[in-house]
Amino acid sequence: MTPVLQAKNLCKGYEVGDEIITAVCNINLTINNGDFIAITGKSGSGKSTLMHILGLLDTPTSGELILNGKNTKGMSEKELAQVRNTDIGFVFQAFNLLQRTTVLENVMLPLIYSKIPNSEHEKKALEVIEQVGLTHRLKNKSNELSGGERQRVAIARALVNNPSLILADEPTGNLDSKMGEEIEKILINLNNEGRTLILVTHDDDLAKIAKRQVILKDGAILSER
Amino acid sequence: MNVKETLSAALKSLLLNKIRSFLTMLGVIIGVFAVISLVSLVGGIQNYVEDQFNDLGANLIFVSSGNNNYRGGRPGQNLSSSNLKEEHIELIEKEASDYIDYVTPTVQTVKTIKYKTNSSYTTIIGVSYTADKIFSINAAEGRFLNKSEVNNSSKSVVIGYAMKKKLFSQENPLKKNIKIDGKSYEVVGILAKKNPEYDEALIMPYTTLRDNFDGTTIISIVSKAKSQFPITKAAESVKLAMYRDLHDDEFSVMTQEDILESINSILGILAVALATISGISLLVGGIGIMNIMLVSVTERTREIGLRKALGATSFDIKRQFMIEAVIISLSGGLIGLLLGWLSTLAIKNLVRATVPFWAIPLALGFSIVVGVVFGTYPAAKASEKDPIEALRYE
Repeated sequence: MTPVLQAKNLCKGYEVGDEIITAVCNINLTINNGDFIAITGKSGSGKSTLMHILGLLDTPTSGELILNGKNTKGMSEKELAQVRNTDIGFVFQAFNLLQRTTVLENVMLPLIYSKIPNSEHEKKALEVIEQVGLTHRLKNKSNELSGGERQRVAIARALVNNPSLILADEPTGNLDSKMGEEIEKILINLNNEGRTLILVTHDDDLAKIAKRQVILKDGAILSER
Repeated sequence: MNVKETLSAALKSLLLNKIRSFLTMLGVIIGVFAVISLVSLVGGIQNYVEDQFNDLGANLIFVSSGNNNYRGGRPGQNLSSSNLKEEHIELIEKEASDYIDYVTPTVQTVKTIKYKTNSSYTTIIGVSYTADKIFSINAAEGRFLNKSEVNNSSKSVVIGYAMKKKLFSQENPLKKNIKIDGKSYEVVGILAKKNPEYDEALIMPYTTLRDNFDGTTIISIVSKAKSQFPITKAAESVKLAMYRDLHDDEFSVMTQEDILESINSILGILAVALATISGISLLVGGIGIMNIMLVSVTERTREIGLRKALGATSFDIKRQFMIEAVIISLSGGLIGLLLGWLSTLAIKNLVRATVPFWAIPLALGFSIVVGVVFGTYPAAKASEKDPIEALRYE
C-alpha cells in the first residue's frame, strides 16, 4: 500500500547574512495510512520547519516529499495549493478561525477552494460539525465560542475535505487541561476511525497519545519510538 | 474559488466593518456626486440660456459697442460708455432695409418705481415701438408702446407680469400712474408672462428714458432679419451699415447663433474644468480606498495565511482583495450617482437640468477603474504574503 507521506533526506536551510543556518536536515520519514505520529522536540529543534514542509507551506532546500505517491518537488504554487486543500487538514494552536464568522461558514472555508460543487458544501460541513459535537453551535460566531469549541471547529474544518493527512500543531497549547483532554479524545477517535495524523508538540504528555513518536534535536531525528 | 464565492467573501468582509467601508467609499461618493451634479447643472444652464434665446425670437442680430464678441475685448466696456448712437438705428433701417424687418435700440437703467405705498427697485428697459415684434413680447392687457409715444418721448410704460403683482396686487394697472424719480408715467399695457427678465421689468420708449434719466446709453441695437434670407447675409448688411460711421474695433455684430455658440463654448470649458476638479476628489477617494485596503491587508494577515494553508492560491487572494476594492468603489459610485440624480431633481425647477445618459456609465465605469487602479497594490501585497509568516502574525 502506498504510504500517505514519505520524506526522503529532507533538508531546509536559511541564509542569514553570509551564513546558512540549517533548520532541519536528513529527515527520512514514512507515514502510512492510519498512523498517528507525534513530532516532538525542544524549542528550536526544527519541529515547526518540518511541519511547514510536511504541510507544503514551505519547500525543502533538498530532498523529496512524496504525498500519496505524488512527488511534490517542482509542483507549481497552484498545484501545491490544491494538494494542501484536498490532501492535508491543518489544526493550529491559535485555532485561526475567521472572526465574527459562523461555525458553519468557518468549516465551509476549505470547500470554497475545492472542486466540490457548491450545493454539497453545507451538507459536508454539517457532517463534520456533527462529528465534533457542535451541531447546536452552528450559527454561532467564532468569537462566541469557548477555546475548546473553537478548536473543535478547527478540527471540523480540517476534516471537511476528507484529507488523507491531518497536521495538528500544538492543538492543546491554548487550552486549559480539561478542554485539552477533550481535544485529545477527539484526535484519538479520529485515528481510531482510520485517519492519519501528525501531531507536532513540545508537550511529552500530549505526544504519548500518538502511536509513534519522532524526537527532533538540532534539526535532525534524534530517536524514533 | 469561483467569482461568485469571491464576491460573497468580499461582501461579507466589507459588511463586517460597515462604518469603515462607508467612510472609505465617501471620497468616491463625493467625487461622483460632484461630477454628476456639475454636469447636470451646466447642462441645465445651457438649456436655460437656449430657452432664453428662443424666447427672444428668431433671426435676431445684435450690435454692441466695442469689440466685445464674448471671445475677447474689454469686459464691461459698454457699461460705462457706448459708441452706439441713435443715428445708427436710422443707418441700419436705411442701409439694411432689404434684409431686416425691424430695429430697436435697448437702453437700461435701474430705478425705484412707486405706486401708492408699494415700491419696487427694478430694471427699466427703453426700446422702440417695434420691440414687441423683435422680442416676441405681447401685451396680455392693454397694448404695447406705439410709434408716436416713441417719437414724442411720452411718459407711457408697459409693465411685466410680476411687476403688476408686486405694485398693483389685485388692482387693474391700466391707465394708472406710477412714479419714478418723482415723475408720473402712465401704464398702457401689461406683458404676458414670459421670463424673469421681462416679467419683473418696466418697458418705456427709449426716447423717454434718454430724456428723463441721466447717463443712459444705448447698450445694443437689435434687428430682426427677414426670414427669406440667410441671417449671415442680414448680419453682413448691418455690419456694412455700421461701417458708415464706426470702425471695426468700435462695434461688434453678432447673431443669436454666434452668442449661443460662444456661451456654450464657455459653459463647455467650465463643465470640463469643474468635472476635472471633481475628478480630483475621485482620485483622493481612490487613495483613501488604497490606504484602507492596505490597513485591511495588514489586519487580515493571519486570515490570508489561513486561506493559503487551506488551499487558496495567490491569485485567489489577489482577486478577493481586488473585488473588495471594486465593490467599495462601485458602491460609492452608485450612491454618488443617486445623490447626484436627487440633487438634479432638486434644481430642476430652477434650470432644466437632467442627468445626461452618458454620465451614468461614465461615472460607474470611472468608479470601477478607481477600484481596480487603487486596489491593485493592496491586493498584490496581500497575495504576496508568505503563509508561514502570515500565520505567525500577531
